[in-house]
Amino acid sequence: MTSSPDAAFDAALSPHLASVEALTSGLNGVGYIASRRIATALYMAVKLQKPILVEGTAGVGKTELALSTAALLGLPLIRMQCYEGLDESKALYEWKYGKQLLYTQILKDRMGEALSDAPSMDAAMDRLHGMGDLFFSEPFLEPRPLMKALQERAGCVLLIDEIDKSDEAFEAFLLEVLSAYQVSIPEIGVLKAETPPIVFLTSNNVRDLGDALKRRCLHLHIPLPDAALEQRIVASRVPGVEERLNRQLVGFVQSLRGLDLRKSPSISETVDWARALILLNAGALEGEVVRDTLNVLLKFEQDIAAVEPQIAELLRQPAG
Amino acid sequence: MQAALEDFFRALRAADVRVSPAEAIDAHRTVEVVGFADRELFRDALCATLAKSGEEVARFEAVFDTFFDRRSDAVTPAPPPGGTGGGPMEGLPPEARESELARMLLAGDGAALAQAMEAAAERAEVSRIRLSTQRARLTRRLLEEMGVSEIERILAAARRLGGPGEAAADRLEAARKALAAQASAYVERQHELYAAGSGKMLREEMLARKALNAEGGIDPVDLAMMQALVKRMAKRLADRYSRRRNVAWTGHLDVRRTLRKSMGYGGMPFDIVFKTKKVDKPSIVAICDVSKSVAAAAQFLLTFLYSLNEVVDRLDAFAFSGRLISVNKVLDDHPVETAILEVLKQIGFQQTDYGKALEDFADQHMDRIDRHTTVILLGDARTNYANPRLDILATIQQRSRAVIWLNPEPDSYWSQGDSVMNRYERFCHVAKTCNTLGQLERIIEDVLRTYIPH
Repeated sequence: MTSSPDAAFDAALSPHLASVEALTSGLNGVGYIASRRIATALYMAVKLQKPILVEGTAGVGKTELALSTAALLGLPLIRMQCYEGLDESKALYEWKYGKQLLYTQILKDRMGEALSDAPSMDAAMDRLHGMGDLFFSEPFLEPRPLMKALQERAGCVLLIDEIDKSDEAFEAFLLEVLSAYQVSIPEIGVLKAETPPIVFLTSNNVRDLGDALKRRCLHLHIPLPDAALEQRIVASRVPGVEERLNRQLVGFVQSLRGLDLRKSPSISETVDWARALILLNAGALEGEVVRDTLNVLLKFEQDIAAVEPQIAELLRQPAG
Repeated sequence: MQAALEDFFRALRAADVRVSPAEAIDAHRTVEVVGFADRELFRDALCATLAKSGEEVARFEAVFDTFFDRRSDAVTPAPPPGGTGGGPMEGLPPEARESELARMLLAGDGAALAQAMEAAAERAEVSRIRLSTQRARLTRRLLEEMGVSEIERILAAARRLGGPGEAAADRLEAARKALAAQASAYVERQHELYAAGSGKMLREEMLARKALNAEGGIDPVDLAMMQALVKRMAKRLADRYSRRRNVAWTGHLDVRRTLRKSMGYGGMPFDIVFKTKKVDKPSIVAICDVSKSVAAAAQFLLTFLYSLNEVVDRLDAFAFSGRLISVNKVLDDHPVETAILEVLKQIGFQQTDYGKALEDFADQHMDRIDRHTTVILLGDARTNYANPRLDILATIQQRSRAVIWLNPEPDSYWSQGDSVMNRYERFCHVAKTCNTLGQLERIIEDVLRTYIPH
């Protein structure tokens, strides 16, 4: 395959995308601690100009990855939240019906003027054909997120969030956008992106995505991080946290993940918890503080009830 | 490298990681971008292009490690010639000097041997291996392609000559044995790479056709595989039918009803009505005989139905041998795999009595059946000559949408001995033999299809 990425596009992004290492440290700089696998996938996505499908449990940093990439590359971020019932008119474009109506009104007034001196019906028809047909044209097009992303001249980061919540029909409709970076509008024709956007799709595995969609994307699964990585993430996100507290709280969260819970705490919960502990001026983890702030970590009543009696024991573990 | 990548794709496909031609092209582009120098980068980049789900990532990593590992582990060379004296060929018959393989073996040139083995493997088409039974034959062919028969000739000649050649011959013999072991390990790895998956597929096909009421029950190993198979079948059906439901939601404008509604607003079409196709989700009542001959089939039926929760609106399961109980609670508390054992603990080992079971059902659960319900009965209809209570089945038939009787016995056995299948059959919309997973899948698909408008 010789279709190398567009030169202008590459140059605009260059310093951070020279290598995987540069990308990792670049993301580091904007506060996203990326594992090597994440950085590699992102690097490949940009180099191959393919969308990247990010999977993982809620709160693991899928959306954050797109936000950080946009911040790093200085590109605008266009975000589209998917939900059941999302369709073309909300995702791609809509006609400005009001304006079109006004236009026909004006047209009607002007039509008489323009055609009044035509000698015959045929001549009037000829003249009518000569006038530009504006009714279905770009000025009357109301762009929605997908189309906006394709219209950005300097490129952008397009985040299609929770694609698994949308219907299959919408997924099929996305295929054209994702593989060719273009959309077909029946009344106008094909609109193609000048600079393909960097596309992120995120999924929580609510349902299995179709093979056709998966095939067009690179796949990235973000797992829950190990203790060392999580400590770095907390340190980067919550600058005020002390080393010792950081180690303790990450250790506690990691041992929570070993329990049989309905919803294990993920990274965003850890970060929130660290913030809460800082606000409460907690210098170290103690049973009392943990009990009071457990609802930051655990989102289900049963989970909290299951963990509460074990707090003392869990606190002892990471230290020992 | 192109050939190596193609081999790698084949290995991936064998391990059930789907690699389409488009993805193969992507992988080649990936390799162009990242190169081979950084192994970790190479692996992660290929993984992002080729593996498309969590499980595929795990399988990809396993295949990657096995596949690219063999390139680095060189063939262990023969022990270097001990003692002093002329070259390693000292005392061997003259053919030895002409044999490339003998030279490599005696010189202990591991890298060259590994290369020779790769080349020979290509000639012997080792990577076309499909079945575990081909391993011995392919190992032999691989060795032959490498020229091992020459070595054997040399050894025979050296033994005949005796004298100073003996020591060299011993070394050569040891090296040949090591080589044979290497070749066997090589073929083994190839088998693991290319054939393990297809072997599994063959096996699953076989399991789908396996009789569920076989004498002596089902092998525990098979059982685990069959459970997984049932779940996959169910998932396939669920995917297909949930998709159909969405299609049926969209509709065209219903002009007649829109006009009718607009009357209330003085003719303005204020409420717009669309023609929608109403799609029922199936509501299923499953009544299973759990006597010994039918228990396995019952377990798979329940597993199947429970895995369909996306497309089934409501499922109530009942089990009986002597008396009938609702097993909804048991199934909620236990994983489906072990639920049947639990049910057997409660009501197992009673004398099967269809009449009594139907009576129990009529007394306590008849209100569960309405015109949306499909009733699936699973049993061999062997009543032990008790009253079969056909009247109750007739009532069930009248109240329900459909009654389906699944009988593990082939229909030539129906109504022989104490079986009253032919009498029950009259009150069933469908009565079928169902004794394999394949049949089970087909029947449940039929049930789902009746709920989809055409």
